[in-house]
Amino acid sequence: MKILVCISNVPDTTTKIAFTNNDTTFNTAGVQFVINPYDEWYALVRALELKETLGGSVTILHIGGADSEPTIRKGLAIGADDAIRIESNPSDAFAVAEQVAAYAKDKGFDLIMVGKETINYNGGMVGGMLAELLNLPFVSMATKLDVNGTIATVEHDVDGGTEVVECPLPLVLSANKGMAEARIPNMRGIMAARTKPLTVVPAAVSNTLTNVVSYKLAPGRTDCKFIDASTPEKLVELLHSEAKAL
Amino acid sequence: MSILVYTELSKGKVKKSSLEAVNYASRLAAQLNTTATAVIAGDADVADLGKAGAKKVLRLKNEKLKSLDSLYLTAAIEQAAAAEGADVIVFVYDFTGKAIASRLAARLKAGMVAGVVDNPVISGGSFTVKKNVFSGKATAVYSLNSTKKIISLLASSFPIELTANTAEVVDFSVNLDTINSPVKVKEVKQDTSELSLTDADIVVSAGRGLKGPENWGMIEDLAKTLGAATACSRPVADMHWRPHHEHVGQTGTAIRPNLYFAIGISGAIQHLAGVNGSKTIVAINSDKEAPFFKSADYGIVGDAFEVVPKLIQALKTFKAQQ
Ligand SMILES: Cc1cc2nc3c(=O)[nH]c(=O)nc-3n(C[C@H](O)[C@H](O)[C@H](O)COP(=O)(O)OP(=O)(O)OC[C@H]3O[C@@H](n4cnc5c(N)ncnc54)[C@H](O)[C@@H]3O)c2cc1C
Ligand SMILES: Nc1ncnc2c1ncn2[C@@H]1O[C@H](COP(=O)(O)O)[C@@H](O)[C@H]1O
Repeated sequence: MKILVCISNVPDTTTKIAFTNNDTTFNTAGVQFVINPYDEWYALVRALELKETLGGSVTILHIGGADSEPTIRKGLAIGADDAIRIESNPSDAFAVAEQVAAYAKDKGFDLIMVGKETINYNGGMVGGMLAELLNLPFVSMATKLDVNGTIATVEHDVDGGTEVVECPLPLVLSANKGMAEARIPNMRGIMAARTKPLTVVPAAVSNTLTNVVSYKLAPGRTDCKFIDASTPEKLVELLHSEAKAL
Repeated sequence: MSILVYTELSKGKVKKSSLEAVNYASRLAAQLNTTATAVIAGDADVADLGKAGAKKVLRLKNEKLKSLDSLYLTAAIEQAAAAEGADVIVFVYDFTGKAIASRLAARLKAGMVAGVVDNPVISGGSFTVKKNVFSGKATAVYSLNSTKKIISLLASSFPIELTANTAEVVDFSVNLDTINSPVKVKEVKQDTSELSLTDADIVVSAGRGLKGPENWGMIEDLAKTLGAATACSRPVADMHWRPHHEHVGQTGTAIRPNLYFAIGISGAIQHLAGVNGSKTIVAINSDKEAPFFKSADYGIVGDAFEVVPKLIQALKTFKAQQ
């Protein structure tokens, strides 16, 4: 089975966010980048588990500059066989999807996995766009995945519950929590990652349909009002008369 | 040219988030001197769509739409948009929205922004919307540069206003003859909780401070007293004290209720990422240094096992007086 996992490069969750150039650019100075958790913990690890039982290969794909190579190497250290970096600074989700589609269209992948969303732009759009561009079925927000021959069985979140579906491969799927448990790369993996192939591919032509005009930090909450533990009725009163929440 | 808005039913009623979306679409339509048309699959009473501001409702008709399969639904909405000459399509950023809106965007080459939290600003040739980024630590203004546009709204970001308006409801027959989805639904597991987490006005959430699953009785009682949904922190779901769908935060569900209670939850940044859009936050924690107090509007420093039962009593007294 040939699996492609799309990995995005995102600021570590504990990063303090700041903007420059009149609030038009995310300030990357001193920011530690990691693989987007959904791509790493769920998509990549489940892909590796499937490969371990069914055979085949796992390729990771990233669209970005050379500065994201440390994150790509981490994906290889966790166990991916090889990596592709498309040399492009993607401007929006559609541009990412077009780049992935241009690369993947004639490679015969049985399964293409993306994360549910990136934790920086929180779009959750690449998967559906990619499926459309490749004319493949798309199962979103998968929490369990098994493959039997050429059929994938996927449990995924839908409004009001979960659904189990069957779909023949090839398939595009977005990974949500539950698919697998995070893996920490071991020393052998880290050593092996140094010599695994990382191929840089030139960008295909793509369109940018949206762009960020400006950013703004979310306002913090004003000071917390403390209520004595012995008088919770005061809290009820404040929630009613002040916060108008009851 | 009208503004198309995709809406849904839940338990025989139009969803609250759909009414928000119709409100949004009708405000946008007014800005652009046009009207909002809602599309919906299913046969229930849709008078609320008119009250929320839809001028017209298209009832999508096709046997294949019974399953809400994303390939069928995408095609159905595409056909409705073409028939209405709609350049702007509004969705809710819920599970259905996530499955279909981006597929449709790629098909129409429409610029799309997901998780929008504010009305669009249209001036000259520019069309911008606001959304949360960096898991709620910041907002970004996005410009949509294509003729066709898809806006997917973060639920619970807008108040719902209903009027006496009525919509013209017409059947819209969808042609899906050439489409055969390879996705076969084998099993549907309905969420058994009465209230969906993302729809709930009030959410009562508890963390590892509760010590074990056997102690959730008082959390459920508090939720019941408030008519609230229940949620939990990630370790609580990971240890199987509570079902996974209750996990809120960066890697769980993002919610923005009117009122959020965090009980025995430390307030880690990844937890806050999923709840800091809540209007009012109450933190109850035995440690006065718990980080949650920095992100809360109201705080009680105390042992949850003593505070929560007293709080339930106080709420019952309050309710009785109302
Ligand atoms: C990439 C990443 C993603 C993550 N995503 C999420 C996510 O989506 N959601 C999430 O929740 N976490 C997430 N986490 C985990 C997060 O960092 C915290 O570990 C987690 O939120 C802590 O859960 P908690 O507050 O329940 O437990 P703890 O941190 O153990 O806190 C328990 C709290 O209970 C208080 N307490 C103890 N006893 C009592 C008592 N008797 N009465 C009242 N209070 C009491 C303590 O003072 C403490 O503050 C993520 C972590 C990472 C690295
Ligand atoms: N620059 C990128 N390179 C490779 N994959 C990406 C990139 N950006 C996004 N993705 C993939 O698309 C998913 C959803 O991204 P988004 O729609 O931007 O939230 C991510 O979880 C990744 O799997």
